[in-house]
Amino acid sequence: MARALSPRRKMLFTAAGWTAALLLFFPILWTFLTSFKTEGEAIALPPSFFFFDWTLENYFEVQERSNYFHHAMNSVIIAFGSTFLGLLIAIPAAWSMAFSPGKGTRGLLMWMLSTKMLPPVGALIPIYLIFRDLGLLDTRTALVVVLMLMNLPIIVWMLYTYFREIPGDILEAARMDGASLRKEITYVLVPMAVPGISSTLLLNVILAWNEAFWTLNLTAVDAAPLSAFIASYSSPEGLFWAKLSAASTLAIAPILVLGWFSQKQLVRGLTFGAVK
Amino acid sequence: MGAITLENVLKTFDDTTVIHGVDLTIDDGAFVVFVGPSGCGKSTLLRLVAGLEDVSGGTIRIDGEDATAVPPAKRGLAMVFQSYALYPHMSVYNNIGFPLKMAGLDRSAIRAKVEAAAATLNLTPYLSRRPGQLSGGQRQRVAIGRAIVREPKAFLFDEPLSNLDAALRGTMRLELSELHQKLATTMIYVTHDQVEAMTMADTIVVLNGGRIEQVGSPLELYRRPANLFVAGFIGSPKMNLVDGDAAQRFGAGTVGVRPEHLRLSNDSGDWQGTVGVAEHLGSDTFLHIEVDGIGKMTARAGGDFEAGHGDRIFLSPQSDQLHRFGADGLALQ
Repeated sequence: MARALSPRRKMLFTAAGWTAALLLFFPILWTFLTSFKTEGEAIALPPSFFFFDWTLENYFEVQERSNYFHHAMNSVIIAFGSTFLGLLIAIPAAWSMAFSPGKGTRGLLMWMLSTKMLPPVGALIPIYLIFRDLGLLDTRTALVVVLMLMNLPIIVWMLYTYFREIPGDILEAARMDGASLRKEITYVLVPMAVPGISSTLLLNVILAWNEAFWTLNLTAVDAAPLSAFIASYSSPEGLFWAKLSAASTLAIAPILVLGWFSQKQLVRGLTFGAVK
Repeated sequence: MGAITLENVLKTFDDTTVIHGVDLTIDDGAFVVFVGPSGCGKSTLLRLVAGLEDVSGGTIRIDGEDATAVPPAKRGLAMVFQSYALYPHMSVYNNIGFPLKMAGLDRSAIRAKVEAAAATLNLTPYLSRRPGQLSGGQRQRVAIGRAIVREPKAFLFDEPLSNLDAALRGTMRLELSELHQKLATTMIYVTHDQVEAMTMADTIVVLNGGRIEQVGSPLELYRRPANLFVAGFIGSPKMNLVDGDAAQRFGAGTVGVRPEHLRLSNDSGDWQGTVGVAEHLGSDTFLHIEVDGIGKMTARAGGDFEAGHGDRIFLSPQSDQLHRFGADGLALQ
């Protein structure tokens, strides 16, 4: 039954929604505005909101000092690479958990999730040493592998949830129709799970894109993605808010655009199965 | 080619045994119906034949060859599911063609077979649609089309008509029977609806509690039920079962009389009772009668039989149509 809201309550809820949205968005907006200020204006008190001398100087300087496109390319490779590799492993894993569960499946899922409860720094030294000995420090391969491992539990869990919404009958029908396990997954399961798989992909690309702990600790120059590019503006010569903001804006712009265009898919995927 | 033999087939889930050592021989070309109440194991038995469940013991032979460990894809059987289980992301054409694609046929061969199947099933105008754009009956036909294109050794139907409305169910029942006559391929059909079982089957297998109660032709089961369970399950309205003194008079623990084998009279008879409800169907009248000293009985009379609530009436079982059962529930010869 539809719940009717009185106009006053409706206004109240709308105001609450806008307040929450603005609170969430404000840091991004402030970063964006600061990136167009001079360093002096960036730290001025009281801060000016819109009325300052707009300048692109920070962007030129950032591009001059470091190679944005090199880092952006690293980010793309690491974020998409780790997500695709993760999907490749997680799809069969989630299939077996959703459609052929055993006695230990529930425990296995919880155990996988529990690895996310460990602070990553706890694993830093062993992983650093292993990668050093393998000669993988500051390589994109290392980051693809590490970020894939970090996000794998989330990928498996998300896919597992989506797959469970798919009627087992349909997969059994494919089996009766002569499909091998591989064909059952590629021709029937994956196409049916497209909304779920794409939202998993998007969410994990975003997580990997914004990941800063491993990218900062395992890279220096060659494999450094945009998160390392931002960080390089935050320390050595004191804080340069305007340049840091310009770097941040450049770093989040691609993922913001991607998120904007795929938000419909993302929302659909995140609520997949909630309503039939 | 499609003779199926089950030898001492056993199925357990954890500690629960759902199929207790079933032996069954299904001849090539037969239309066999597994019927029984919910939870009797009929669907499980079908899934064991399909290979979708692994047997816990015993052997399944298809055309004489041991198929117990053969995966479902390799058994050469086709299955139609209760939910139709169509591929929602594929067109009707691709749904029907899917098994052929899996078998590695080339495009032109697939096209020829899909078009032939679609013509048989009146699906030609719908080939480019998705399952979501079809009615229940059309979806069912697509599911059947997907099964027939691959020319399987046997068809397995798992309650295929239970999602359809009554009128469509009647039509599809007829179509399936015609399809069986045309293809002459073995069909195993699972249902809880004994009308479907009676009208379609060559052979009915009545299951109860994971065991076969009786195997026989519809009329055999109707005329000579082997035990009380089959007697009560087959026939609509149900057979009247009478025990106690009234049964002992006939030298049995329980006697069974079908509603149409009770003679009704206003003047005299073996038993007397009061009419509770009279259902006038036009062709028949079903009378639900509270019989003195026995309990509720159902009698079937002609459509013009006049009786109403509260009328007193006499009933007499036709002695040559009486079913006698011993204390163990088995039919007495």
